[in-house]
This record gives sequence, structure tokens and C-alpha cells, in this order.
Amino acid sequence: MIEVRRPLLEVCGIKIHFPSQQNKGEIVKAVDGVSLELRHSEILGLVGESGCGKSTLARSILNLVPPTAGTVYLNGESIQTMSRSELKKARPAIQMIFQDPHASLNPRMTVFKTLAEPMLAHKLAAKETVKQAVVELMEKVGLAPRFMQKYPHEFSGGQRQRIAIARALALKPRLIIADEPVSALDVSVQAQILNLLAKLCAEERLSMIFITHDLSVVRHIAQRVAVMYLGRVVEEGTTHDVLKNPQHPYTQALISAVPVPDPIEERNRQRIILHGDPPSPLNPPAGCSFHPRCPIAEAQCQQQEPKLGNFHDNHRASCLLLQKKFVE
Amino acid sequence: MMSLLTVDNLATHFHTRAGIVRAVDGVSYSLEKGQTLGIVGESGSGKSVSCYSLLGLIPMPPGRIESGSAYFDGVDLLNASKDELRKIRGQRISMIFQDPMTALNPYMTIGAQLMEPLLLHRGLSKEAAAKRSIDMLEAVGIQDAEQRMNAHPHQFSGGMRQRVVIAMALITEPEILIADEPTTALDVTIQAQILELIKSLQEKNGMAVILITHDLGVIAGICDSVAVMYAGRLVEQATASSLFHSPRHPYTHALMKSLPSMNTDGKELYSIPGMPPDLTKPIEGCSFSARCEHAIEACRDDIHLHTIMLNHATACIRAQKGEL
Repeated sequence: MIEVRRPLLEVCGIKIHFPSQQNKGEIVKAVDGVSLELRHSEILGLVGESGCGKSTLARSILNLVPPTAGTVYLNGESIQTMSRSELKKARPAIQMIFQDPHASLNPRMTVFKTLAEPMLAHKLAAKETVKQAVVELMEKVGLAPRFMQKYPHEFSGGQRQRIAIARALALKPRLIIADEPVSALDVSVQAQILNLLAKLCAEERLSMIFITHDLSVVRHIAQRVAVMYLGRVVEEGTTHDVLKNPQHPYTQALISAVPVPDPIEERNRQRIILHGDPPSPLNPPAGCSFHPRCPIAEAQCQQQEPKLGNFHDNHRASCLLLQKKFVE
Repeated sequence: MMSLLTVDNLATHFHTRAGIVRAVDGVSYSLEKGQTLGIVGESGSGKSVSCYSLLGLIPMPPGRIESGSAYFDGVDLLNASKDELRKIRGQRISMIFQDPMTALNPYMTIGAQLMEPLLLHRGLSKEAAAKRSIDMLEAVGIQDAEQRMNAHPHQFSGGMRQRVVIAMALITEPEILIADEPTTALDVTIQAQILELIKSLQEKNGMAVILITHDLGVIAGICDSVAVMYAGRLVEQATASSLFHSPRHPYTHALMKSLPSMNTDGKELYSIPGMPPDLTKPIEGCSFSARCEHAIEACRDDIHLHTIMLNHATACIRAQKGEL
């Protein structure tokens, strides 16, 4: 019998607007109507360039940035309507890993303290058993337990990221939000951390939202991908579909901009070079927000706003021309 | 024929309280007119220091150039006077740094910064310098260049700022451009624009480029030859196509294997065991041997870069013997 389960996480029509600091009265639409689903033990890659709102969206899932509109459901329960004590109980289920482990670890706390504190605070371990729990955590992420009394500055970048991962795992979460966890690392260390994250997700049956600007990393770790541009999701689907058969012109350009480490292929392939910069979210263009940079934009793109439309199983894109072609 | 730039056995060490850091330890390469050389390596491998040493940009102390020579068009860079170096830096060899925010002066307008080298080194009049600056801004793809001359750096986006930095570096028509991670701080779509720009300007001016990066994909796109650095030494040097298609040093090979690729659905990524060596301790023999899966007893002996086939040199003893 197939059991119908609600997805672990449902993000419904989230909007996050900030009042502009420079121009009084104007509004920055950092996230402008995003809906996503994350199933149990699934890794979703959230891709986009700087300023597209991917981190802000992730933060609103933990209610660190309360959304202006929309709801986040965790296991079917709305996070926004929770009371503070309910939220405290729900928080261990979602943990976060940040880009720079140098900034996200407390420099004055030893590894032991960093890992023990959340477990004690949430009563997941007693004072007597916490040491054993820390040892297990450290072994899980590939750190020797004898380094327990060391401080973050005594570790290399990759090892620090391991500590940050261990801290996220300490509360036995269901969902991990990893915001550019390997962007600050060298290639060889990046590979170690990616392998570790993939292994942990499989072993612990965790779900993960993996935020990155690097498409080759996404391809490696995620089962599904959502591509964001200027506060909206422009394409979403399985990693294979989106990367092998991108539909939205922005996704196509993004993929084509990634350099290939092969001189012959790199020099001969056709590349789409986008012109200009992404527009400011203060004053997004009318119609499709990508139209000023889009190589195939038509007149209607300047007026009509595209909606995320299904055109294949679980592969959605928001482009008017694409939808028109599909209808025909 | 003499090369435009010849660096021979360069060693730059930093004398710190923690000991002598051998940041660059015997590096040699040469650069021809119009050629693009890529220097790849991970953080701390000495790729930036090896270039900064040439232009007298190493803080001394704690830095010290221990040995080696560097000749640029007949000028001995390492023994040149401050004045001579300043002239070369200003107009014949230019640099682009990674972070365009810190490379620009936040208090000066873009126009003033662009005009400065022309006024100082070329002795142009203000009007002529302004005209040339506007032309240059247009050449790097900045619209409304005339109005933008009066803007300050914070009014530009990251990609735009990097364009300004490039315009500034190229305004004196240098013979060599040293670009230190010019696109690392930028988004991929902007990176593609900037690389395209460097390539087209190079075709126009025929300048030589040294591109320092950790990104093998960027190297593949624009470099003629590549030097791979590890722990302060060159471990492999070859033409781009030779290096990518048959890497002859285990480190280069491992680096390529650990890249998450766009085209292969890898299960588990290869990762190099261990960590780069501590540069404060002298390294015996091959610096990579401690992490190398092919290491043998002989790897502890002194090792030098050797040409093993046309335009391809490696510092792996086993590759030199034809065993790998």
C-alpha cells in the first residue's frame, strides 16, 4: 500500500519585502512569491546569482526573517503561527550550515562546548552522557575526538566546516539548510565536504536545501533543483532535467556560463553571454523580470508576467514564450 | 630569442615568528608576447606571491626574496630601483586584483582614478586623459561613460567595478597584464563577460597575460600554457591541451578528479587525502609525496621540473621515468 505523506517542508507563496534603507518609501522585493516543496530524504539545490534572494528565502524557513506574506509548513504545521515555545520545540528539526565556518563558529568556544551546548539546551543529552554524544558526533563527521578541547582557529577551513556540520547534526534534525557550505573551500577540500554531506544525508535520512551559485556542485549533490532570478523561481525540476534540458533562457545562459575544464570543448562550444547586470530588486522590470537580459525576449515579455508552468512531469519553468510554444 | 618575461628559480620566503614560511620555493617560467599563462593552485600554494615578488609588492620585512632572477624585456626586476619599478608597474606591467571593491579608492571618482596613470606616467593633458578614459570605459562595456566618470565606486555593481579595474589596468596599454583571480568574486554570468572582455582586448593589443586562478575551467578557456603550483613549487607545466588531456603529475591528476563535473553524474567525488604541508618546515623531496597514492621511496629525493615531452614538464620522478 502506498502511504500518502505530506512533504516534510512546504513553502507557499512566500514574499519577503524590506523597506529600502536608501530610498525612503520604496520597497525591496527580496523574495517575491516563491512556492517549493521538499520531500523526506530529498536534497534540493537552490541556485542563483548573488542578490537573487536564495539566502533570504532560506532564512525565512527558519523564521529568522519573518515573511511578508505566505506560509512555511513543516510536517504540515505552519511555522508562522507557532508560539515562541512551540517554535523552540520545532527549531531542532531544522538546522543551518553557513558559508564561512570562521564566522559561524564562536572563536572562544572549544569544539566540545560548541557541540555540547545545543544538546544540553534542548535536553537531548544529560551532563553525564554529553561527552559520549560529542565523541560520536565528531567521529560521524570525520574529526578525531582527541581534538575536542581545541578552538576553531586551530583547525583548517575544511575541518572547521566539519565542526559546523557536526553542530548542525547535534540536534538530530530532519532538515538541514546549507547556505554555500563549500564556496569558501579549495577544490580538494570541497570534494571531501560534499562527500560527507551526501553520506550523512543518506545515512540519517535527512532532507537538505543546498544553496549555491555553483551548478556543478548542485549536479553532484542534489536530486532536484530550483533556479532563482530576482526573487522568483524561474525553473524547477529534477537535477537531470534542469541541467541536461534547461527550458528557461536564464537557466540556459547560467549553464552555458560555467567554464568546462577541457580546453578543446571550452573553446569550441557555443556560449550564451548575457549582457548587463541583474536589475535591482528595488525597481524590477515590468513583465518578465529577465526580459532586459534575455536573448529571445519578445514584445509581450515586457508586459505580461509569466507564471511557473508545468510542461513536463515535475519540470516547471516560467517563460511566456515557452508556454506559448507548449500550447501550440 | 629572448622571452618577454623570464623568471628563474625565484624563491620568496617570509620570516615570521612561527618560522620561515617558504611561500615560493624555486619557481621558473617564461612568458612570450601575446601569450596567456595560467598559474593554478590552491590557497597558500604561492601563486600570488610568485607574481607579487616580480613587481616589488611583497612587504619586506617579513618577506625576503632569497634567490632567483626575473628579467622583463632586459630589465632585472628584482634588482631594479624603486623609480624604475614604479615606471614599469604604472605602464608596462599592470595588475588586476580579486576584489574590485578594495582595488578602487572609495573616495575618488572613477574618472580621477582612470586618469591618474595617464597624468603621472604619460604626461597627458587633463582633457586628453579624460577623453582616453571615456574611450576605455566604453571599450570595457560601460554605458554612459561620460556621466559615469563622475561616479564613485560604491555606485557600481561588482561586475561593473571589475570592468573599471580592468579599464584602469589597460589604459596605459601594458605589455603584460597580471590578473589575480579576476573573476572569483563575481557571478558566473558576469565571469563569462569579463573573461570574454580580457580575451578580446588581448587580441586587439597583443599583450601577454598571466592569469592566477584556482579554477581549472577558467584556465581551460583562455590559457595557452599552464603552470600548476603546489606548496610553493611548480609541479607541472605544459600547454593547456596537453595538461588537461594527459596530466603528468599526480597532484594535477587528483585535482581534476576532485572537480564536480557538469557532464558526469559522479557517485562519490575523489578527494585528496590529508592536507597541504606546513610551509614553515623544510620539505624533503617531492612536496606532494605525503598525499600521493603513487609515492615510492625515491620520492624523498630532490626533484626538479623536467621536460618529458614536447612542451610538457613535470616534477614527478615516476612520471619522468615513464612509470606513470
